[in-house]
Amino acid sequence: MSTTTPDLTAAASAARERLDAHVREIVQWHFDPATGCEFWLEWAKKAGWDPRKEVRGYDDLARFGNFQDEWLRGGPVRKWVPKGHAGKPVSLFETGGSTGVPKARINIDDFRIDYENFSTTLPDEFFPKGADWMHIGPSGPRRLRLAIEHLAQHRGGICFMVDLDPRWVIKLIKWGEIEMVEKYKKHVIDQALVLMKAHPNIQCLFTTPKLLEALCERASLKQLGIKGVFCGGTEMTPQFHRFAQEELMEGAYFAPTYGNTLMGLATHRETGPDEGYAIVYYPPAPRAMIEVVDKDQTDKVVGYGETGRVRLTTLTREFFMPRFLERDEAERERPCARYPWDGVRNVRPFSGFATTVVEGVY
Amino acid sequence: MLHLPILRFGQPYRSLDVASVPDFRTRKPYVTVSQANGGLVRRDLLPQNQAQMRKALDALPVAELIARTKKAAELFAHETLPVGDQAQTPADYVRQVSATTGLPHVMVRRNLEKIRGVMENVDVVLAGLTRGLPLDILDSGAGEIAGHAMGFAPRGDALGVVLPSNSPGVHALWAPTIALKTALVLKPGSAEPWSPYRIIQAFLAAGMPSEAFGYYPTDHASAGEILRRCGRGMVFGDVSSTKRWAKDPRVEVHGPGYSKVVIGPDQADDWERYLDVMASSIAENSGRSCVNASGVWVTKHGRAIAEALGERLARVVPRASEDPEADLAPFADPRVAERISAMVDQGLREPGAEDVTMKHRGGRSRVAEFDGGTYLLPTIVHCDTPEHPLANREFLFPFASVVEVPEESMPEILGPTLAVALISDDEAFRRRFFASHDVHRLNLGPVPTQRVAWDQPHEGNLFEHLWARRALQRATA
Repeated sequence: MSTTTPDLTAAASAARERLDAHVREIVQWHFDPATGCEFWLEWAKKAGWDPRKEVRGYDDLARFGNFQDEWLRGGPVRKWVPKGHAGKPVSLFETGGSTGVPKARINIDDFRIDYENFSTTLPDEFFPKGADWMHIGPSGPRRLRLAIEHLAQHRGGICFMVDLDPRWVIKLIKWGEIEMVEKYKKHVIDQALVLMKAHPNIQCLFTTPKLLEALCERASLKQLGIKGVFCGGTEMTPQFHRFAQEELMEGAYFAPTYGNTLMGLATHRETGPDEGYAIVYYPPAPRAMIEVVDKDQTDKVVGYGETGRVRLTTLTREFFMPRFLERDEAERERPCARYPWDGVRNVRPFSGFATTVVEGVY
Repeated sequence: MLHLPILRFGQPYRSLDVASVPDFRTRKPYVTVSQANGGLVRRDLLPQNQAQMRKALDALPVAELIARTKKAAELFAHETLPVGDQAQTPADYVRQVSATTGLPHVMVRRNLEKIRGVMENVDVVLAGLTRGLPLDILDSGAGEIAGHAMGFAPRGDALGVVLPSNSPGVHALWAPTIALKTALVLKPGSAEPWSPYRIIQAFLAAGMPSEAFGYYPTDHASAGEILRRCGRGMVFGDVSSTKRWAKDPRVEVHGPGYSKVVIGPDQADDWERYLDVMASSIAENSGRSCVNASGVWVTKHGRAIAEALGERLARVVPRASEDPEADLAPFADPRVAERISAMVDQGLREPGAEDVTMKHRGGRSRVAEFDGGTYLLPTIVHCDTPEHPLANREFLFPFASVVEVPEESMPEILGPTLAVALISDDEAFRRRFFASHDVHRLNLGPVPTQRVAWDQPHEGNLFEHLWARRALQRATA
């Protein structure tokens, strides 16, 4: 359990100063006609104020209002490429394909930086350097396609991959074709098991909660030689966390993550029975921030321990996304020694929407 | 607050996911129930685990399982049993079921007695379902009857049952499963977690092996996993929630019954003699069972019958839960009552139907509030034709349509019907019902539709659902 101490207060204060400085640097970059992208330069012209002069710190991002989901749906996608990165190879990652035109985010090196930073949080004992990885999950237009492979390579490993198309799974569920969902899941796990049994240096696994369950129904992680599991992609409940720890891991390390294409990759703080297996994440500050805001007054951050809607802010030289309201809710978590800034606890689909979205299908 | 855990192979497991079930009057949490995550359900129901569950029962002869089921019947009805980490007397059980479902105490007691009766008479029930098969054949797998070799094979190791919340009486249907050497995996109804839990506790106290029991309160998707994973299944629910399983022969579907009272042409003029049978078929157990009549189909006097039934059932009014005269159950969720009433009203907007009970209610809504509960008052609708949208509908309260149809159109015009109380001495008319594919239970004469003899198959035969006749030949000496 995190508590507030003088050391932590000082660390939080220093982190805040770093964040404010980082905000100034990123705003300078994105709103400088020489380095910014077409979208934000046009936005500033219409807004009638110059963020470079008026944004002095993180709180000033309030002047942008909430980043609109629709801005990322549809082209031209080059409007998001900062001129300062002109000529570099651009990757495109999509999210939200289950709700109309997918949101698209351009990427140059951000995913590498994010995953290299994340790599420092993985214990070498369980994710050995030089060990190979197995990725079972969505690839296609998603960041995971390149990110997990880069993580493996960064740690000296080679990544084996089995793909799953979540948009097809969503369609099957909507059609009530549950048996076909099961067959597809079996098809995915069959391929993974063939690879994992044939390549004994596969010791690290990335997969989603549902595929992890499905894999463990067919085989023992221990017998497969898996030492560390990096799990993410969809919502995880404390009960799932506990179930995974108590019944699936067999001594392997379980690293749950909360990431998305728009923000980056949050890292977890280990919890156990004493905290009810809560899933606590911290954003990769200052490159991204996660806040919990009042669901009705979204400019108001809720108190620690209180529930609200998740608001993301991304602050990199490739992508500037101030105050984006996610489709998730969570409790606001206090800073901790390792991450002296706000985190989130038990992220789950936002309950304030009138219609439900098919979540967690893969 | 009282908490009901999951039971995994009979052992309590407290989940971090918890659902709160409210008291129907106060809407305040009354009990919390552990919710099983999907992965846990699937893992527990791996084929090798189901095989172990069954193996625990297979070690005991059927005769012993029957003896212990009888003992469990007594324990269920009369003894204090564990409920979560507390103790539950039969009176506690009655009060608790009533608190979360709204069923008046007298109805809960009646359902308790129904469950006890089936468990106490499990040998008679099985004799009926197996047509007198010597059940020790199930111990050895093979035997000989009247000079014929006879073998049986289990169709599955476990029966997965997705249960409703409307009335505990349905538990009588699966209660004989254990005596048939088949393990039980139960998903309780969200508002009625009590009965399956108490029945399991009674079985355990009677000495049944705990490994044979699973109790998994969970969400809709994981309930589907139970049906998909268990060798055999049973599901209760409305058409929309059960249609997915209608074509799966592993799963026995218990949906709406569309049960009816039919008065044949030979008895039509004597209809007044049968008013009690009609009223009780419609309104007993507050109209919540699939064997409650939702239609009275006659060859003449339809209007007069509707008027008489309307007048009779309008006397049924809400009473306190503890009132021994209570014969109407409120809805645990008031919004459900509003929705059902709106559906009836929508049907009445189609010309050709009249709510004949309305005048007895003084024109007031059939949705009534009493003592913190929301009720639907009994409703009788007279329909001019069998094609009217309300002529063949079933709702979760004392509702019935009275429809006049030509003699020669019956029974085909009834459509699928779970129980028919056939009031006719006309042999030719009766024979037409005997030949019908659509009519399941037949109560001949003035026997209410909800009068169920448990040694008769009900929407399928439990024995045949769990066991298959195996072709068996031996080498000749």
